[in-house]
Amino acid sequence: FSLLSLAVNVDLQTDGTLQVDISDALSERDKVKFTVHTKSTLPSFKQNEFSVVRQHEEFIWLHDSFVENEEYAGYIIPPAPPRPDFDASREKLQKLGEGEGSMTKEEFTKMKQELEAEYLAIFKKTVAMHEVFLCRVAAHPVLRKDLNFHVFLEYNQDLSVRGKNKKEKLEDFFKNVVKSADGVLVAGVKDVDDFFEHEKTFLLEYHNRVKDASAKSDRMIRSHKSAADDINRIASTLYTLGTQDSTDVCKFFLKVSELFEKTRKIEARVAADEDLKLADLLKYYLRESQAAKDLLYRRGRALVDYENANKALDKARAKNKDVLQAETTQQICCQKFEKISESAKQELIDFKTRRVAAFRKNLVELAELELKHAKVTSPHLLLVKN
Amino acid sequence: MKMAASSERSPPPFPDAEDQESEPALRDEDSDEGADIFLGTNPLEAMADSTFSASDVLSDLPNDLLGEPPSAVFGDPLSNISKQESTSNPAKQSSKLPSDVPCDIFDPLHGTGMEPKDDGKNASLIDIVINPVTSAKDNLPVDDLLSQPEIDIPAKTKTEQPAELRSEERPKDEPLSVASSKPKKDLFEDSPEDLFSELPKTKAKTKPQMDLFGDSSPDLFMDAKAAADTGPGRNAPADLFSEESVATTTSKSAKSNISANSIVTANSKANGVHSDEEEQDIFAEATVELSLDSPHNNRKTLDTTKPSEPASSLSAAAGSSKAQAKTLEELEEEESEDKFELNISITNPEKVGDGMNAYMAYKVSTQTTLPMFRSKTFTVRRRFSDFLGLYEKLSEKHSQNGYIVPPPPEKSLLGMTKVKVGKDDPSSGEFVERRRASLERYLQRVVCHPSLLQDPDVREFLEREELPRAVNTQALSGAGFLKMINKATDAVSKMTIKMNESDVWFEEKLQEVESEDQQLRKLHAVVDSLVSHRKELSVNTAVFAKSVAMLGSSEDNTALSRALSQLAELEDKIEQLHQEQAGNDFFVFTELLADYIRLLGAVRGSFDQRMKSWQRWQDAQTTLQKKREAEAKLLWANKPDKLQQAKDEIAEWEGKVTQYEREFERVSATVRKEVIRFEKEKARDFKKQIIKYLESLLQSQQQLIKYWEAFLPEAKAIA
Repeated sequence: FSLLSLAVNVDLQTDGTLQVDISDALSERDKVKFTVHTKSTLPSFKQNEFSVVRQHEEFIWLHDSFVENEEYAGYIIPPAPPRPDFDASREKLQKLGEGEGSMTKEEFTKMKQELEAEYLAIFKKTVAMHEVFLCRVAAHPVLRKDLNFHVFLEYNQDLSVRGKNKKEKLEDFFKNVVKSADGVLVAGVKDVDDFFEHEKTFLLEYHNRVKDASAKSDRMIRSHKSAADDINRIASTLYTLGTQDSTDVCKFFLKVSELFEKTRKIEARVAADEDLKLADLLKYYLRESQAAKDLLYRRGRALVDYENANKALDKARAKNKDVLQAETTQQICCQKFEKISESAKQELIDFKTRRVAAFRKNLVELAELELKHAKVTSPHLLLVKN
Repeated sequence: MKMAASSERSPPPFPDAEDQESEPALRDEDSDEGADIFLGTNPLEAMADSTFSASDVLSDLPNDLLGEPPSAVFGDPLSNISKQESTSNPAKQSSKLPSDVPCDIFDPLHGTGMEPKDDGKNASLIDIVINPVTSAKDNLPVDDLLSQPEIDIPAKTKTEQPAELRSEERPKDEPLSVASSKPKKDLFEDSPEDLFSELPKTKAKTKPQMDLFGDSSPDLFMDAKAAADTGPGRNAPADLFSEESVATTTSKSAKSNISANSIVTANSKANGVHSDEEEQDIFAEATVELSLDSPHNNRKTLDTTKPSEPASSLSAAAGSSKAQAKTLEELEEEESEDKFELNISITNPEKVGDGMNAYMAYKVSTQTTLPMFRSKTFTVRRRFSDFLGLYEKLSEKHSQNGYIVPPPPEKSLLGMTKVKVGKDDPSSGEFVERRRASLERYLQRVVCHPSLLQDPDVREFLEREELPRAVNTQALSGAGFLKMINKATDAVSKMTIKMNESDVWFEEKLQEVESEDQQLRKLHAVVDSLVSHRKELSVNTAVFAKSVAMLGSSEDNTALSRALSQLAELEDKIEQLHQEQAGNDFFVFTELLADYIRLLGAVRGSFDQRMKSWQRWQDAQTTLQKKREAEAKLLWANKPDKLQQAKDEIAEWEGKVTQYEREFERVSATVRKEVIRFEKEKARDFKKQIIKYLESLLQSQQQLIKYWEAFLPEAKAIA
């Protein structure tokens, strides 16, 4: 199993000192085991090249450790990969097994192949998403040096992280509620810096729109896939019709069936490519823009804290009481805010560069693939016509 | 000469003039030939034939036969009618001739059903009679009528083969009176009803006639035209009248006198009221001839005979099935040789009326070079129920003989209600277009059928200005219609078990048809789902396009923002493509499949008719067997008094068995022909439509290429 293409090809600049990829992945019942392969010249690693087996939960643990680390408050934390979801595909496969009796052998084989292909596609995508996360971290000037990251890459035992239990999940939920309420509060505060003020309004709107576009693209692609499935079924029905006897019409049916089969494959490819180049791109930027928003929130929070600290200091001075403590707090807040602002500005500029590059790359590839598919279809159609 | 006379009478402004002339030519030829053969036959037969020609409403009376007393006789009753309107009897008969010959005699059951409808027509028929006298405008109907006689002419233009068959048949018929016994019975059964239904007609007749004599109002012309179009039978008398009209009224009266004595017999025969055996035989023979039909006649005449075939079914058409098959083969050959010059299009759907009484009227335009139509192009307005009515008429006449009568599209209450409510939503527009297209395909299929094209009802449908409102089409509506087919097919499959099929071909075909039906239904469902998914895709693409446009507007990189809005535009165009493709999926592919699912229903129906015919034959055989057993018992019991009766019964049933067997053979032959024809047409249709569909796919792929090619530089320009 090799990864031929990255689902989301976010342009990442690497200096070659740390290269991470997922060389293999294994689907075991409800979990996927990724083989994370690292090549590095960094002195902190014991070897130059090594591999470990990781699961999705460990990726999440790594991601959360970044988010929770105050040190990284000024950075856009690479979005965590989505949970592998084979449920839908598995369910379909199961249904197919149940309905085996009601269809012909050809239909069954065909459907099975279809579902297997679908399963494989989801699998590849899942792997790619996990890989992208690691690549992003490895390419990040600060995060690549993170100790947890190194442990994640190098430690060849189970990290014995576990999925969050119910209680923790509930806590997370409340945290999120508080955070988003706070986010609204913070967002309402007028920023002193025009750059951030602009970024704030931009990201707020952008995130919503990319969310919408992502959902819509999913729907579009889903109906495209359904249409391709229909064409597939048309092909097999035509085939059955064509094999009834050997008259002229039947031969014609067979020919048309073959053509529909090809058309189906191409349509399915078109849908898959749109999924890969368009929907996944949008989905990735949905999460990435969320990460950028989170960064702005952290900065906004720091700003509010800083302003509050200023006010507290003013009060303390007026009352001449606990001035020193207030001064220290104000100092810390100021430092924190400035630190975040400093890195955040660069991060947001980078985010934009990455975004534009990724969109360019994906849209160009999409257009090229669409052209390729459309051009492949035409001669087939002409063939039957003549 | 009659024809010359008719064209003389025709006023110059009539565009039909040329058609009129072509008709006479044809007719003369045929009638000449017919006359020759006529005279060539033995004297006994000659006499028989001439009477038959009268009874059969052979409008053949023209010049050649005119000299002969019988033909004169034949013409005369009609002139009589026109002269003496008050004499209800001859008038009755004249009007009866047309409607009874094709319908009643052939199928007593249907005939009686049709009686009431005829009333109005018969009344108008009289109008024709008078019109020639009153005005020159009658040429219109006359013209139409001219084409009709051909049905009968072939009977006379027999080649030797039919003649032989006939003579072979004769000895069989005469001693046993096998053939005649059955028709006789039927006819007798029929006659009382006929007479009853005639009574009101005569009453109706008298009134218009009076009026006509008084003045030649334009309405009457319309009536005359309408009546002329109604049917071959009806046309014949009209023909006679027109001929009559050539002659002066005085000559008419003179003729009527001559024929006075023969009127009764001729007419009564035509009505099916046969009084003596001899006449019966003649009649039976006549119908046999009719079905045998001269092969060397032109296509049209061949076709015209088909509707009259049923005649042979009741009158013991000895060997006719063979001859029939032959004619059909030739017919098919001829069909492929020269295509029908007939194009039908349905356009301009128009809502007529308001509220729940509203309906859609469609313009049915015909373009033809066929001489049987009175002009080259003509249009009529028809509503949906008229189409259903046409199907009903055709099905009634032709289904029982094993013909595959193309079924009309189903009624759609929902769709029509939407149209009625008058909401301008796209679905009602789509509904109307769908209906228009399927009606067009339906009519095209009907006229593509060589025999159906010749049906007077088809021509009436295409040509006549106003059709009587079709009734009882409710029964045919949508689900009901399908149910009917399904029931029929169920019955078939049940019967199949009982019927030990002697002909492997039929067994295999039926199986093929059944599995094909299944596959087509499946395919239809899948294509239908493709249509809905494509529509869904189109909608979702449009929504996505909007979303991308919004995303583009909020993007702060100028080039990317521009590219995204270009992408949105591109998706908008693709949405259009999907929509068009969904339309093509539907109109080109789904509708084709729906048509053929319906048609396969009709095919199964024809198998069903064959099965029924077989069943009847088998039942008759069983009955015969019982009769024989009864006879044996009587012999054994030594009861000579009852023996004769038993013998008579056996003879009767033997005749029935032979007749039903022939009938079954005939239906089988027709079904076989029809299925072959159907398969040819199907192959052609599918190839044509699928290629059309592929072309649409190709086109949309090419559009896609264009669109993406235009987009590519935009994507590359992102920086």
